[in-house]
This record gives sequence, C-alpha cells and structure tokens, in this order.
Amino acid sequence: MIGADLVGTLLVAGLTLAVLALGASVLVPARHRNAAAGALIALLGLDGVAVGVAAQARTGQALAWPIALPTLPPLEAPILLVTPLGGVFCALAGGVIAVAALFGIGYASGPAASRTGWASFTVFALGLLGVPGAGDVVTFLLAWELMALGSTVLLLADHAARASVRTAAAWYAVMTHLSFLSILAGFGVLAAAAGGTTWATIAGAHIEGPTATLAFALLIAGFGTKAGLVPVHVWLPRAHPEAPSHASAVMSAAMVKMGVYGILLVVADLLPVRSTVWGIALVAVGAVSAVYGILQASVQTDLKRVLAYSTTENVGLIVTAIGAGVLLRAVGQDSVSSVAWVAALLLAGSHAAFKTVLFLGAGSVLHATGQRDLDALGGLARRMPWTSTTFAIGALGAAGLPVTAGFVAEWTLLQALVHAEAASDRLVGIAIPVTMGVVALTIGLGLLTFTKAYGIAFLARPRTAAAADAHEGTATMRAALVVGAVGVVALGLIPGPVGAAFARSLGDGSVAAGEGAAWSSLVLPRIGQVLDPAALTILAVALSVPLALAHWWLARRAPRRDVALTWGCGGDASSPRMEYNAISYSEPLVRVFRGSLAAERRVDVQAAPGSSVLASDMVVVHETHDVIEDRLYLPGVRLATRLADAARRVQNGSIRRYLTFSFVALLAVLVVISL
Amino acid sequence: MSAVAALVLQVVWALLLTPLLIGVLRTVRARLEGRVGGGFLQPYRDLRKLLGKESLRAPGASWVLAAAPLALMASSLVLIALVPLTTTTSLSVVPDDLFVVVSVLLLGTVALALLGLESGTAFGGMGSSRHMMISALVEPTVLLSVYALSVPAGTSVLSGIVAARRSDPAATVTPVSLLAIAALVVVVIAENGRIPVDNPATHLELTMVHEAMILESGGRDLGWLELGSWLRLTALLGLVVNLAVPWGLADSPTPGALGLGLASFALKLLVAGALLSVAEVFMAKLRLFRVPELLAGSFVLAFLSVSASYLVV
Repeated sequence: MIGADLVGTLLVAGLTLAVLALGASVLVPARHRNAAAGALIALLGLDGVAVGVAAQARTGQALAWPIALPTLPPLEAPILLVTPLGGVFCALAGGVIAVAALFGIGYASGPAASRTGWASFTVFALGLLGVPGAGDVVTFLLAWELMALGSTVLLLADHAARASVRTAAAWYAVMTHLSFLSILAGFGVLAAAAGGTTWATIAGAHIEGPTATLAFALLIAGFGTKAGLVPVHVWLPRAHPEAPSHASAVMSAAMVKMGVYGILLVVADLLPVRSTVWGIALVAVGAVSAVYGILQASVQTDLKRVLAYSTTENVGLIVTAIGAGVLLRAVGQDSVSSVAWVAALLLAGSHAAFKTVLFLGAGSVLHATGQRDLDALGGLARRMPWTSTTFAIGALGAAGLPVTAGFVAEWTLLQALVHAEAASDRLVGIAIPVTMGVVALTIGLGLLTFTKAYGIAFLARPRTAAAADAHEGTATMRAALVVGAVGVVALGLIPGPVGAAFARSLGDGSVAAGEGAAWSSLVLPRIGQVLDPAALTILAVALSVPLALAHWWLARRAPRRDVALTWGCGGDASSPRMEYNAISYSEPLVRVFRGSLAAERRVDVQAAPGSSVLASDMVVVHETHDVIEDRLYLPGVRLATRLADAARRVQNGSIRRYLTFSFVALLAVLVVISL
Repeated sequence: MSAVAALVLQVVWALLLTPLLIGVLRTVRARLEGRVGGGFLQPYRDLRKLLGKESLRAPGASWVLAAAPLALMASSLVLIALVPLTTTTSLSVVPDDLFVVVSVLLLGTVALALLGLESGTAFGGMGSSRHMMISALVEPTVLLSVYALSVPAGTSVLSGIVAARRSDPAATVTPVSLLAIAALVVVVIAENGRIPVDNPATHLELTMVHEAMILESGGRDLGWLELGSWLRLTALLGLVVNLAVPWGLADSPTPGALGLGLASFALKLLVAGALLSVAEVFMAKLRLFRVPELLAGSFVLAFLSVSASYLVV
C-alpha cells in the first residue's frame, strides 16, 4: 500500500518540479514560456494532489530539510510532515493550482506572461503547497511568507497599466503583514509555552488557561485576515479583481483556504480546548462575515468584485461550521460536532472547485471583451458557449443548488445544525437557531447574487459592442474551465467517498460513504441521515422523460416560430439600454438593507451654459459603500497620512537641517554614554 | 403495491388536481366579488389551449428561452414526487429531506428568474429581481419553521415529521405547531405570489412580480410555465395542510390506504385552496417594500416557534 517512502518521494519530486518551473520561467524564450512554465506548474499542482492523497494513509514520516539556521531551543529542526488534515488542504491547493496553471497557458499575456510573472506564480504555488505540508512553526512561517511574496508580485503584474493595481497591492501587502505578525506572535506564545516548535510538541503540551486564550486570539486574528473574514476582509475585494484571473482563482480558491487550514489546525490539533466562548466567538465572526459578504457581493457590478465578496461569504460559512463544531464539542456533543467539521471541509472543497471555475470564467470573459463590469456585458451565452456553460455550473455550485458540490456541503452543515441537541444548553439553544437563520439568509442571498451574475452577463442582449463581438477563449482555457466544472459536478454527484475521506482526515467516522449500489451517497451514521444526489438525479430524469416526450410531440405539431419582438406592447423596437442591469437588479435589495450597505442615490445635474434652469446633462448615481472600510479603516488611513505629512516637515531637504540633526544625535549619544 | 407505484400515483394525482385547485381558487374569488368566473374547469381548457399553441422566439434568444419552462416543470415534478402529499411511504434512496425539497424548489425559482432576464426587457428583469429578493428573504423562515416541527420528530425528513405528528395528535395544537404553521402559510403566500405579496390576477402593472417574468412567453412555453407554477402551489399548500392536519395519508402502500390518501388529499387541498381564496378577497396587495416587513414578521414567528419547542422538550 501507500507508504512513508511514497510521500517523501512525492515531496522531493514536488521540490524538483518547482525548481524546474522556476528555471523554465526564467530561461525559456517568451514564445514557449507560457507552455513550458504553465505545464510544469500544473504538474507541481498534480504532485500536490498526489501528496495529499498519499498522506491520508497516516504512515507519513517527517522529511527533515537542512537549513543554515542554528536550532536554538525552543526551535526544533524544521520538517515537512503532511498530516492527513494538511493532506486535504495540500490536495485542494494542488488541484486549484493545476487547473489555474492550465488556464494560464492560454490566458497569460503581457506582464503576467513575463519571466517575473511565471516565476512569482511558481513561488506562490510552492508556498501554497508548503503551508499544509509544514510539520513545524518555522517551515510553516517560511512557506507562508513565500506564498505572500509570490502572490504580491503576481498581483502587481498590471501595475503599469492601472493605478488601482498599486492601491490594491498596498492594501494587500499591509494586511498580509499584519496577518503574519499576528500569526508569528501567536506561534511565539505557543512555542514558548510548549518548549518546542513541531506540531506534535505543541499539541502534546496541552496548553490551557490565559496562554491558550492569548495564542488563540492572535492566531485567529492572523488566519482570519488571510481568510478574508469581516472586519479584516478589506484587501480581498481590491486584490482579487486586480490580479490576473488565473492568479485571482488561486488566491480565492486556494490561498484563503490556508487561513481556514490554520484555524482548523489550531482548534482541532494544537489547542483542542473545550470552550463555549471560543465556539460562540468563531460562530459570530463567521456568521457576520457570511451575511455581510454576500450582501456586498449582491450589490456589486464588477464581476470579479462579486466573486471576491462571495469569497468572504463562503469563508464565513466555513468558519461558522468550525465554530459550531467547537461549540458543540464544548457541551459534549462530539458526534454532531464532527459532522460540523466535516461540513467545514466539504464547504472548503466545494468553494475551491466552484470559485476556480467562476474566476477562470470571469477571466475568459475579460479576455473576450476586456470588460469586468456586468453592465457592459450581456448576451455572452450565444457567443461563448463553453465559458457560459461552465460558469453556469460554477454559479449553481456557489448558489448551493443540486447536483453540485455546494449543495452537498450546505446540506451537511444544515444537518449538523438541525441535529444538535439545542435544548440541552441555553447558549446552544439560542446560537443554533440563529445560526440556521443566518445560513438560510446567506443561501437565499447567494441565489440572488449568482442568478444576477449569470443572467446579466450571459443572457439577454449585449449591452456594448465589446460584448457583441466576444469570442471564445483558447483551447487550454476551455479545457481548464471544463476540468473545473467537472470537479464541481463530480463532488456534487458522488460526495460519499470524499466526505468519508474528509472525516477520516479528522480522525473520525462521523461521515461515511454508502455501501453497495449506493456507494456514491453521503451517509451520516450517527444522526441517521443519507444524501444520495445520484438517486435524486435518476428520479429527476425518470420524471423528465414523459415531460420531454410530451414536449416533443407538441412541438412537432406546432413548431417554434421566430418573430422580431415577442411582446412589443405596441412598440416595434427595443434597445439593450432598456434591459435591467446589475444596479437595477439589486435595487430592491439595496432598499431593504439600506443601513448595512450605506446606500446613496443622487442625481447629478449639469446646468446648461448660460442658464440656471436648463440642464445639459443629468446622471443618476446609485452607490453602495463598504461600511466597515469607511468607518474602521479610513480614519486610520487618514491618521497615518496626517502623521506622514507632519514627518515631512522635519525632512525638508535642507542639508543644514540634516547636519543639525546629526550634531544633536551625536550629542545625545555622548550624553547617554557619559551617564 | 410498491412505494414506486405509490409515488407515480401521487404525481399523476397531483397533476390532475392542480388545475382544479386553480379553478377553485379563481371561482371562489369571483363569486365572492360578485362575478360569475370561468368555472372550476377553465384552467384545464386554458392549459389545453396554451400547450397546443406554437411558442415564439425573438432574434438572438439563447437556450434559456426554451430550457427554462421545461426546467421549471421538471423541478415541480420532482417536488410533487418528494413532498408527502398522499402517502408517508417515501423512497428510502431519496428521502424527502427538507433541505433537498427546498433546493429543488429553488431550482425552479432560478429557472423562472433566468427566463425573466433572458427576455431582455425591463419588465422581465424587474420581475426577476423582485422574485429573487422575496425568495432570499423567505428562505430563513422556511428552514426555521420546519426545524421547529422537526425537533419533536427528531428528523428533517418531511414524511417522518408528518408521521410523527399523526401519531401524537396533541402535538398538532401546541404553540410550537401553531406558530410554525402560521409562518409556513406566509411562506406559501410569498413563494407562490399570492395576495398580499403579489397579485396573480394582474397583467401589465408596475407592481407585478410573477407575471412580469413570464410576460414575454407564449404558447407552449407559457403553458409549461403556468402548470409548473401551479404545481409548486399544490406541493407547498399540500405540505402545509398535511403538517397541520396529518390524517388520511397512506402509511403503507396497500390499495385501500392509498385510495384513502388520494381522496383525503384532494379534499384537504381544495378546502385549503378555498380558504386561501376567501382570505385573499379581504386583503389588498402590499407595497413591494412592505413585503420584507411581512417576511420579517414570519421569521419572528418561526423563531418563537423554535424557542417554544425547547420549552416543551
């Protein structure tokens, strides 16, 4: 069977592939660079999947790697050790990287296809696979920084073309560093308390009390920032839209998952403290992120911003599931708690699958039309059948409808919530129904968001010439989209084996695959529930056959007829400008949630020259704001700017003043020494 | 007879009864308003006419135009097959799990909304946008109210809940049950576009929701859309009635029990339809932006019901 040697061999193979990909990025001439580097990175991703699968056998041996640092206590020798839980995230990241790199071969152009572009993508991929493969704090933090470095450089690809890229990169870099500092401090606290840096040492120390709480708070803040939770989500809606699309897919589908992995690592392995307070805190943060994220997503008009905010929503749901698991574990309902954690993993897996498809689909649209603005699209379903179909499947997954991965994941989460014995504890009794309400509202708003995203971009008539002249992407782009879409449907159609593997990776059998003919179904043995999407599909097909026959028979007698206007209302022409667009589609929702969206509606009137009453131009502006950004961050940014302005007064460029500074500094040093 | 035969029987029976339900709704309303109305059988004649007519296609229409009516029909057919209408003997491989039922319902909702957008007119988009907003806000109430009913039964499978309530008649008149049923009635009204959320008898009004989405469809497409939407009403109204009055459903697939199940379902459904229609006569349509308040109210009912369910246990 799969042995320790296999994991080790695959790890070494992965490192070799990464070096080869780096070499190819730098050395291969521009004409073949995309193909060579992209293919090698895709192989690296596949190797990550293989490592993840092999690690499930639990016989993995630590692979020590030499490093030129003295290992003073409490630092232990850095190791690569893929735990089964790490393996799940390794496989997940690997899959996303492989699909995105395949897409990148046909998609990358300009700065994204440069030496720097592909080299930073390689570094990014290596970091992403290294984080879940790390067996100790030092390796983890090194990989974490590689990931941050690679993604920041990649994000900056188009900085010369658009100023917004530079702003986005600044926000991203600052938030990433804050996240790193917080994680470093958190791990510092743990390492000091445990006297070692490997996961095994820290987990074996059974840290409790205030130390554990401090480390928990620091680590959750750090990982939450990377995962894009409210209120530290602000980098996400800036960075995701501005990065090249294959990079945004990896950032959203794989990189934020490393934040989720971190949170799971903390609550499941390193600090398995049974605390209701931690559980409630995680559920609260997750629930607020989910609703706030999807609410913001539903009112955006930029396709990639919609997807970015929806990432916050999905991570919110994942953290809600993790928090529900912690809460239930704290009140002794371990079997339901495990279901909630498996639901978290299923949510992470399904999000990785559908968000890859959606971001790559958005990239394909951008490639075809040069537009990300929904209001400039429309009618793409006819011009881009591949992109349209795969995007539709991804959107179904994002909306959590059968038979996709998203549905399976949300079903598992809701089953865990329903089967919690809420009556036993007052806190749980309040938390569980509120959480259910929040999850339900999130699902409902998600449905609206993705109906809007697909309907406005792909249906009706083109709103601009760019959309009317759209063309389908290259062969590798289409292939990547299809592979991603197949993943979304496969996870949704045969969830049993995957769910069971996820449960095993958490060291538990709360979720199993069905037996015999129903091998594809997902079974929750301890709460007696079964989900068999394949059987549901068969039922739907069986019921649709008579319907299709009736339709065919009727259609033969009276075939469809083409007309200029189906229902003209007396008119004889209609223009695409009359169509509902992205802003009007979410207008009712904006009115309902006016407060949370800080919605603003104004009419800008430009007076005609020489007249105070005649207007030459009138524009109606509908705006919504990110309330958290406006109220929490902007005051801080303004303060920093003021301080920087004040500092500029000290530094006025005059040599005489600088000489005075040096003289004063020298005097101060002398005074200090003489004391 | 096996469970499969019971299921086929339920689907066929629901298909046969649905136009009659609509006929009852319309005729009762007409009589109370002092009109004669088209009679109980008019919806059958409408359907025959529409399904026999050709459909139209505007230039540049995509696959959604032809697929959405069929997708709505398919989702409605799965819905009437899953929901325990005449029998509680559900298929063991496809349990009528609440979340599965809701997601099948939502598939139909999305098909309708996409059709509205596909038409490329202001009306279509308007209806679609409003319809999705209402569905999004209804969602929490649906899940919480059925959750409240599922706590005593210990399962989220609908037929299990109905069976548990039948075996414990006292449970049907507890505050938990009454609050949850009241919340579910609001759900039925909102999901099916009845007064006071939407007026099903309106055409070409700025306030319409459902009719705006299907405005551009005609002929066979419209026939499927009408039948699909009516079936959704049958399924949801039937579910609420069976939760409120859980007697008469077949608990074993024997001919006698199934016959009783079919007959009692017809009676319950038509009486509930008549009551719904009577209630509608005395109400006016709400302003669209007052609808969220109604839905928030129903959410509060559902939440109270969940809290009350803990007190009972």
